[in-house]
Amino acid sequence: MKADPAAILEHLRTALPGTTLALRTNPGPSAQHSILVERESLVAVLQHLRDAMGFDMLSNVTGVDWPDPVKADSVAVVGEGGQVSHNEGFLEVIYHLFSTENRVGPLVVRARTADRGDGAHIPSAVPIFRSAEFQEREIYDLFGIRFMGHPDLRRILMWDEFVDHPMRKDYIAPDDYEYEPTPHGAVVEKAKAHYPAADSQATFSRASD
Amino acid sequence: MAVDLPDSDQLLRVSLGPQHPSTHGVFRMNVALDGETVVSLKPVFGYLHRNHEKIAEGVTYLSSMPYTDRLDYICPLSNNWAYAMAVETLAGIEVPERAQHIRVILAELTRLINHTAFLGFILGDMGAWGSALMYAFREREKILDLFEDLTGARMMANFMRFGGCRNDLPDGWAARAKTLVDGYPAFLDEMETFLVGNEILLARTQGVGQLPKETLINGGVTGPMLRAAGVSYDIRKVDSYGIYDRFKFRIPLGETGDCYDRIMIRFLEMRESLEILRQALEQLPGGDFVNPKAKLRGFKTPVGEAYSRIEGPKGELGFHLVSDGTVNPYRYRVRPPSFINLTLLEDMCLGLDLADVVIILGSIDIVLGEVDR
Repeated sequence: MKADPAAILEHLRTALPGTTLALRTNPGPSAQHSILVERESLVAVLQHLRDAMGFDMLSNVTGVDWPDPVKADSVAVVGEGGQVSHNEGFLEVIYHLFSTENRVGPLVVRARTADRGDGAHIPSAVPIFRSAEFQEREIYDLFGIRFMGHPDLRRILMWDEFVDHPMRKDYIAPDDYEYEPTPHGAVVEKAKAHYPAADSQATFSRASD
Repeated sequence: MAVDLPDSDQLLRVSLGPQHPSTHGVFRMNVALDGETVVSLKPVFGYLHRNHEKIAEGVTYLSSMPYTDRLDYICPLSNNWAYAMAVETLAGIEVPERAQHIRVILAELTRLINHTAFLGFILGDMGAWGSALMYAFREREKILDLFEDLTGARMMANFMRFGGCRNDLPDGWAARAKTLVDGYPAFLDEMETFLVGNEILLARTQGVGQLPKETLINGGVTGPMLRAAGVSYDIRKVDSYGIYDRFKFRIPLGETGDCYDRIMIRFLEMRESLEILRQALEQLPGGDFVNPKAKLRGFKTPVGEAYSRIEGPKGELGFHLVSDGTVNPYRYRVRPPSFINLTLLEDMCLGLDLADVVIILGSIDIVLGEVDR
């Protein structure tokens, strides 16, 4: 059974007065609408969903990088009475919750950081849902969102000495050009970047040649 | 969870893996032992990381299909289906009847492969190295022959397409699949005779690695692991995705959730898969194997997002796709069951012996292609 985010939103507003919540409409055929939660009240909302509304499994946690907030609002369209995103880019975390008892889901909850800077942070969901432990570590590793209150926030997939966050949209991949005798296509571009002085394909030879 | 280690100079620290026959790939566990007892266990990931998700953002939707084969490389066809279904949810594509049946048949054959190979591996973990695995692989190879005839590849199938499958079943394929399905219970009976009452198996697995139901649900554990603990949660029944609501099958449940239940539940699930296969092969209708309106070249999806999941052999395999209306996904996220099932590995192992860790890890049934992506 699909979750009804509009009804759940109404319930949350009465149960947790003072929290800022908004319905975001999904324009696509999947029609999986979502609830945008102000990050300060994220833990309270997740706890209420778990304890009072039966959403006992946080199945999936996705990080998304939005350098362009207009694009973010086109995927999760602002509903009635909601506010458009601020003019700066931000990072977003999307939670998919299910109820194993009532067999309802997915309920899509989203929370956003203030900006895309080094201090971008969001409260951790681990005190409410253990399943977020490794997934939040992965998002910290690949997107650089700091999860406040996470018991063991370390890199998980990249090695510990790695700096930077590869899933960010503005991440620049390292120069991993390997010599090819007949460079073509994307390899030519890589070769040009690798040998800045060279201006023709003929000169792309091995340094030791 | 972080653990305060008492008298840490008295502890023996063991780095188990990354190259170790019991870790099922390149996976490492930093274990701290007090005598033989595990007091801390920290998994180390990433030896097989290639940023699958980032690569998928840079290519078209269809170009990721062959790469999904490499996630859980024991079960490529389940991964294909999960991804195809996510794109179909995102773009609102209908799948014809025949294609739905072919998908169910392939997914259930894949479940047979996975659970059969699982039995071989876990017995290897218990010291029965070789024979059990060869018994399992003999049966697996028969199914892989069917896959090769259908898709051209034993393992890296690249078979599902948005709106159906890549090609139709070759002549006589369904009849051969039927023969295989009819012969499979004999193998299961044989394997069960060896295992169910085996003294070593009972001693090594009973009462090992169980956790309360609530902890498992809270930890996001899905699939046979969760059902072995007695939680009736099978996405084939819960979501009735594809055409699973048309088949008559039962969801086997364990009682205690220990490693013994986890092994036995796979036997029972295989028997139910055979039931589904029999019905699906019988009902297999004619018609299109792919939606003729579904376009492969220049395929674009409407703006939006979709989360869709299937009951993979290892648990809930989900794909979360965010589309900005271009030919590439804006965000492509895999929800890998074996990665998330590992969340509670430490909790299961604390207070047990190092030898039990190997069995518990084996009973989770991980594939590193999916864990590290």
